Amino acid sequence: MAKFTAKPNDLLKINYNPPQTDWMDTPVEIREHMYCHPSKKKDLDTVGFPNGRDWRVADEDWKLPANWEQTILEGMQALLKKYRSFSVFMDICVRCGACADKCHFFIGTGDPKNMPVLRAELLRSVYRGNFTLAGKILKKIAGARDLTVNVLKEWWYYFYQCTECRRCSVFCPYGIDQAEITMMGRELTNLLGLQIGWSGGPIAACYMKGNHLGLEPHTVKSCIDLFSEDIETITGIKIEPSFNRKGAEILFVTPSGDLFANPGTYTAMGYLMLFHELGLDYTWSTYASEGGNFGFFSTNEMAKRLNAKIYAEAKRLGVKWILGGECGHMWRVLHQYMDTWNGPADFLQEPVSPITGTKFENAKSTKMVHISEFTADLIKNGKLKLDKSRNDHLKVTYHDSCNPARGMGMLEEPRYVIKNVCKNFYEMPENTIREKTFCCGSGSGINASENMELRMRGGLPRANAVKFVHDKYGVNMLACVCAIDRATLSAANEYWVPEVGVTGVTELVANALVMKGEKERTLDIRLEPLPGKEGSEEVS
Amino acid sequence: MKTLFPLFAVITLIVLVVAGVQYANMQFLFGVIIPYLAVATFVAGLIYRVMKWASSPVPFRIPTTCGQELSLPWIKQDKLESPSGTLGVIGRMALEVLLFRSLFRNIKLDMREGPRIAYGSDKWLWLSGLAFHWSFLIILIRHFRLFAIQLPYPIHVIESLDSFLQIGVPMLYITDVVILAAVTYLFIRRITNPLVRYISLPADYFPLFLILAVAGSGVLMRYFTKVDVVGVKQLTMGLISFRPVVPQGIGIIFYIHLFLISVLFAYFPFSKLVHMAGVFLSPTRNMANNNRMVRHVNPWDYPVHVHTYEEYENDFREKMKSVGIPVEKE
Amino acid sequence: MKLTELLSEKRPAILNRWFDVILETYHADTSIFLKNQKDQFANPIGYTLKQGTEAILDALLSGADAEKAAPLLDGIIRIRAVQEGLPSSAIVFILLLKVVIREMLGESAHDRSVAGELVEFESRIDAVALRAFDSFMKCREKIYEIKTNETKNMTFRLLQKAQMISQPKESAETPAPESAEKKEMTNQKQKR
Repeated sequence: MAKFTAKPNDLLKINYNPPQTDWMDTPVEIREHMYCHPSKKKDLDTVGFPNGRDWRVADEDWKLPANWEQTILEGMQALLKKYRSFSVFMDICVRCGACADKCHFFIGTGDPKNMPVLRAELLRSVYRGNFTLAGKILKKIAGARDLTVNVLKEWWYYFYQCTECRRCSVFCPYGIDQAEITMMGRELTNLLGLQIGWSGGPIAACYMKGNHLGLEPHTVKSCIDLFSEDIETITGIKIEPSFNRKGAEILFVTPSGDLFANPGTYTAMGYLMLFHELGLDYTWSTYASEGGNFGFFSTNEMAKRLNAKIYAEAKRLGVKWILGGECGHMWRVLHQYMDTWNGPADFLQEPVSPITGTKFENAKSTKMVHISEFTADLIKNGKLKLDKSRNDHLKVTYHDSCNPARGMGMLEEPRYVIKNVCKNFYEMPENTIREKTFCCGSGSGINASENMELRMRGGLPRANAVKFVHDKYGVNMLACVCAIDRATLSAANEYWVPEVGVTGVTELVANALVMKGEKERTLDIRLEPLPGKEGSEEVS
Repeated sequence: MKTLFPLFAVITLIVLVVAGVQYANMQFLFGVIIPYLAVATFVAGLIYRVMKWASSPVPFRIPTTCGQELSLPWIKQDKLESPSGTLGVIGRMALEVLLFRSLFRNIKLDMREGPRIAYGSDKWLWLSGLAFHWSFLIILIRHFRLFAIQLPYPIHVIESLDSFLQIGVPMLYITDVVILAAVTYLFIRRITNPLVRYISLPADYFPLFLILAVAGSGVLMRYFTKVDVVGVKQLTMGLISFRPVVPQGIGIIFYIHLFLISVLFAYFPFSKLVHMAGVFLSPTRNMANNNRMVRHVNPWDYPVHVHTYEEYENDFREKMKSVGIPVEKE
Repeated sequence: MKLTELLSEKRPAILNRWFDVILETYHADTSIFLKNQKDQFANPIGYTLKQGTEAILDALLSGADAEKAAPLLDGIIRIRAVQEGLPSSAIVFILLLKVVIREMLGESAHDRSVAGELVEFESRIDAVALRAFDSFMKCREKIYEIKTNETKNMTFRLLQKAQMISQPKESAETPAPESAEKKEMTNQKQKR
């Protein structure tokens, strides 16, 4: 102990050699707990994805099909011809670095290849090497490289470490959208059967059974029946929703996660209570029982195939318009893609709220309205009797889900709703909300459990802002309008800020909603005693 | 290596022109042929680039929304950040192109030492980018005097504004100082900011060095090593009227300047500098967020195979009936 | 008390050096990002490191025992528990403080007046490191708990239903993706 000569690095043999090399020369290090398992062959086969096979990420040999280089390059060529976004984004980046530190994965992992610009360069370098004259001649000097197995692995590793949240796109002076590039990257990996299981499984399930979870029609019904029982326990009111009912005015579509997963189920109960109270003429569908679209995280074609069910079902049932529940990427798809894919929805009518008579002008072509738009209109017109005090024990903050914020622009409606049903509302710091909102870290189909460490790191920037309002204002509940958020932020909060729960906006509404003929409420939607109202009645 | 190669490339270019003009007397090549070729390459290359982009359709309307959508009438829409019509899009693009709106967004909530939260910002990139691009544009416009017999009034205005400080003879143009400072800052940022250095390619340094050399030679010519202005004007007028003449005795520094400009022009369409044109074609910025109001048509849309309701009911008919879910076929 | 005084004097230098040494355990480019980005929200890792190390040093200087100092570690450990594969690399940062202090003290570390106190101080650092290991393990357990909880939450209604109907036929038709976890789940039905 007399002589203490150890150098910091001797104390622990830090087996980390910081790459002084150029990123192109730094081979990808595929780390465990950072990636999702591959998709099963049977799931890919179910929907006809090519090259389904069983392979392991950790294996050296990914059993790539013969001529895979050609498949990729031809695929790239086709995509360049099909998407102006891709074609332009491959050429115009000046690498100014404005996006570099905006990605939650970069902030959380510190991995330089998680900088959006570099993640895009992974693809751009191959583009230059094969599709530009300068790249073909000058090679590395022009920032070009060849397509090799290692490059492909790198693509796969990092394109499934992007949640397509579009935060980088907000800061880019040319609007270059990494989500778009990741989508192209995933189109390419899908040509080789390199899908992740967490997407592949739900896609197959959704295709065959109508929803990601693979709930069959009778199970969908019994899930909702269970909710009805719970609602009766809470309010004394019996609700009997209808399924696949022809002639209903409105078709209601929501992510299936909310039928199943806590705390999303409470939001689903909220829908039931709200619609019952309004006497809404609406129906659920077991065929179009999925609002979300994991196909969107694989290929454009797959997304369109899954999405087709919504309009098809609306047409079959003869409804007037469609109401959509709280979900993130679902609304990117509905807002920006559905009409183009499967429209025109000329068999539907322009949405009009049967309660307030409000015309939803902004949805007159797609004919689908967001539940928060619908509810905000109800509240504004004084159509709901609300007892805010039931949410007094909550100090609420609102997390803008990436897609409704940056792919739709729905920022005020949910806030308006929350402020009308909760007394205590606090915003997170301004560069972490609205269009600058941080992703939950698990979107775009990577909310698996084997990559939990990646998810925790990716969720850190969001959780960190949650922690800030928790410490400062005592915030104990985070509201959101996304089913994936409800699941994944529950996990992220449990790790980073265990004191803060997660709720859907409609759950808050339902808790405050005073229903006609209800009994004195002693329980909240989670069947837990309502603070201040305990003890007045014994409930099993 | 990433910086040295482009640096040597620019130096080589300078050596080339000096050798060519000074020792090989190739004034005609450097004064006439190369500038013509460069402008032709620039125009043709840029058209090719834009046509190539434009030949790929925009299958989906994918604006990145940075503000409140058009929604219920009592909710205030952010017409510039989430435009729902053409006018809004023009406004958004104008903000983007003229004022670099998105870079300006680079605002941060700063947590300085201690518990106090202060609003700071990271606007240096925005400021230097804006300063650089605007100076470049103004300088470019100023140069039109070389191609006109009489000085057009707008250029005169620009010149006098640019030199309003009234320092020195010839009077100092502010943009000359600004462009050198801005490009130098951009270069220093690129090599000192570790994140940016990591992502930089030789293709990022080359234009910086080239522009620095162009601006530097221009400044040298105007303020220090005087050149034969009458000769220069003769040459430029000859170029513009397609009756090229090469007057004797124009200083070498002019040829350096002209050659580097020519290289910049010719290089432009084949490099990241095309962002100038590309930004106008960026679908995340130049489209209206009116997706649910107006149907967007995908020109290459094709029918896909779906799992129909009929197939679905066939799979589950008995189960559906058993719980009272209506079916099409009993 | 001489040592505490000495260290208090050098507090800013110790903190800086300690921070730098910790950053050396990260990727070169990452570490510069962590160091230079001061924004609490743009750089939660760097911020937490900075706050955490300050708090721990202050606690140690004020004579707090490991019991008191340990909760201050929480933020950093929580991050390193999802960053570092090995426990040793996750908690080494505390032991690095010993190195830094010796470095800062230089020859005066061997002064009779200081040496004894230093040994005592260092053993408190060791104690903190042991606590850190406890924290690390708790975080890791938490991760697995979250994985389980998430699966549980995800299939909550299914379990509820299975319990109610409790027919093996019913659970045989459950979703494709998480059938593996599901089996494990049906063993832990009691949750409500």
